[in-house]
Amino acid sequence: MLSIRCPVCGPRDEDEFVFGGDASAVRPADPMACDDQAWTAFLYRRDNPAGPHDELWFHRFGCRRWLRVRRDTRSHAIVAPPLLAEDAGAP
Amino acid sequence: MARGYSLAALLRHALSGHRDWPAAWRMPEPKASYDVIIIGGGGHGLATAYYLAKNHGITNVAVLEKGWIGGGNTARNTTIIRSNYQQDGNARFYEHSVKLWEGLSRDLNFNVMFSQRGMINLFHTTAERDSWVRRYNSMRLNGIDAAVLGTAEIAALVPDLDLSPHGRHPVLGGVIQRRAGVARHDAVAWGFGRAADQRGVDIIQNCAVTGIVREGGRVVGVETTRGRILARKVASCVAGNSSRIGEMAGLRLPIESHLLQAMVSEPVKPFLNVVLSSGAHRVYVSQTDKGEVLIGGRLDGYNSYSQRGSLPVIEEIAAGAAALLPRLKRLRLMRSWAGLVDMTMDGSAIISKTPVEGFYLNGGWCYGGFKATPASGWCFAHLIANDAPHPLAERHRLDRFTTGHTINERGAGPAPHLH
Repeated sequence: MLSIRCPVCGPRDEDEFVFGGDASAVRPADPMACDDQAWTAFLYRRDNPAGPHDELWFHRFGCRRWLRVRRDTRSHAIVAPPLLAEDAGAP
Repeated sequence: MARGYSLAALLRHALSGHRDWPAAWRMPEPKASYDVIIIGGGGHGLATAYYLAKNHGITNVAVLEKGWIGGGNTARNTTIIRSNYQQDGNARFYEHSVKLWEGLSRDLNFNVMFSQRGMINLFHTTAERDSWVRRYNSMRLNGIDAAVLGTAEIAALVPDLDLSPHGRHPVLGGVIQRRAGVARHDAVAWGFGRAADQRGVDIIQNCAVTGIVREGGRVVGVETTRGRILARKVASCVAGNSSRIGEMAGLRLPIESHLLQAMVSEPVKPFLNVVLSSGAHRVYVSQTDKGEVLIGGRLDGYNSYSQRGSLPVIEEIAAGAAALLPRLKRLRLMRSWAGLVDMTMDGSAIISKTPVEGFYLNGGWCYGGFKATPASGWCFAHLIANDAPHPLAERHRLDRFTTGHTINERGAGPAPHLH
């Protein structure tokens, strides 16, 4: 069971949250202008690290805000205090 | 020396108290170079080696395994075999796999204990029914056995199923593939390994790959914990860790690693002789030959390499199983574990050449790799031998994500944890 420290609500169990995937995938500013390789890199390709991973979590049964969480995918340890995604800024 | 398993061999060895059976495979030292190196000694890697030798006459092959063969996801799956797929690309590929399973014990001279006990997928809403019936009609158009069941037929097959109209998700009916079933996971690795070894393949255990050696953009070998081994072709069969091997080859793959949990109860007398699955409860249940009730469910839902699942998911899966089969409430769980699954962005596998010349990729099996083992090895061996995809796997290309030809069985979009 993960315990995720929501910056709004405090520490909460993982089943209050919905996983939102890799936070480092950045949508190209102008999709019509980028080529297929750049679009594929954004939409489909992932680093999928074995180690610290920046990811998005949605606090569905809490404040309903998106968080940015840095979690180690080998140990499940959350290695930095989670931030609201809007405060974390662009990756 | 004849090393076949047979009744005659059994009787002959009985005279010596079964003390001098030869080892099922050799434990060779790695050679300096091979024609083909296969990374990963699970079912898929060993099947690839076997079919390279058998179908294509390529025997100067090494299978490198970081632990012991069959000790990864081959040992962690729930052994279900089925071909109830709808999409072009998947349907005939998995049907070929079921056909190979049907002759596998004889082909390998090793009993893989394939038991075609049938698999029932229950539906609980009219929308679910429409979706399943459409899918099973598609299977019939593809020549795959499929049938729709009413509750009376299901009750006859699964007397312990709760068919009352008062549950959280009352059962409306189901679909069945009668040729689906289960097999013995260890026997699959051991059978393919032994058969490949007998044809000259070197199985090298305790040998982790630490790097892919390239010269001028082309693969020439691998670095391992037992030194550098050269090869003209290097083939990855490490689903769960494909991204890690891909990174060594300079590739960023459309894959995330996730956890899938399963569990077994204490053993009880036989009471369930089909594989039972329910999408609404997100659970599937079967009974092993040892009597344990084997239960699996959904992904934990976030990236992980830990092989360690979360308890809320076990609770949810067990609750779903108990809702289907109320008698399970009185059983105790004996063991639970998590496998590491290669989730692709469209939920379908990859059997493909890559932009790196000489590097071949077999991965992205999501939560369905076990059933694919023979066909995966069959098609991957063809690709490695001919440098051209097997017709049954020509849609499982890595570049389908760039060209837009994804095989999206579930239609969930590029979100691996939703497939």
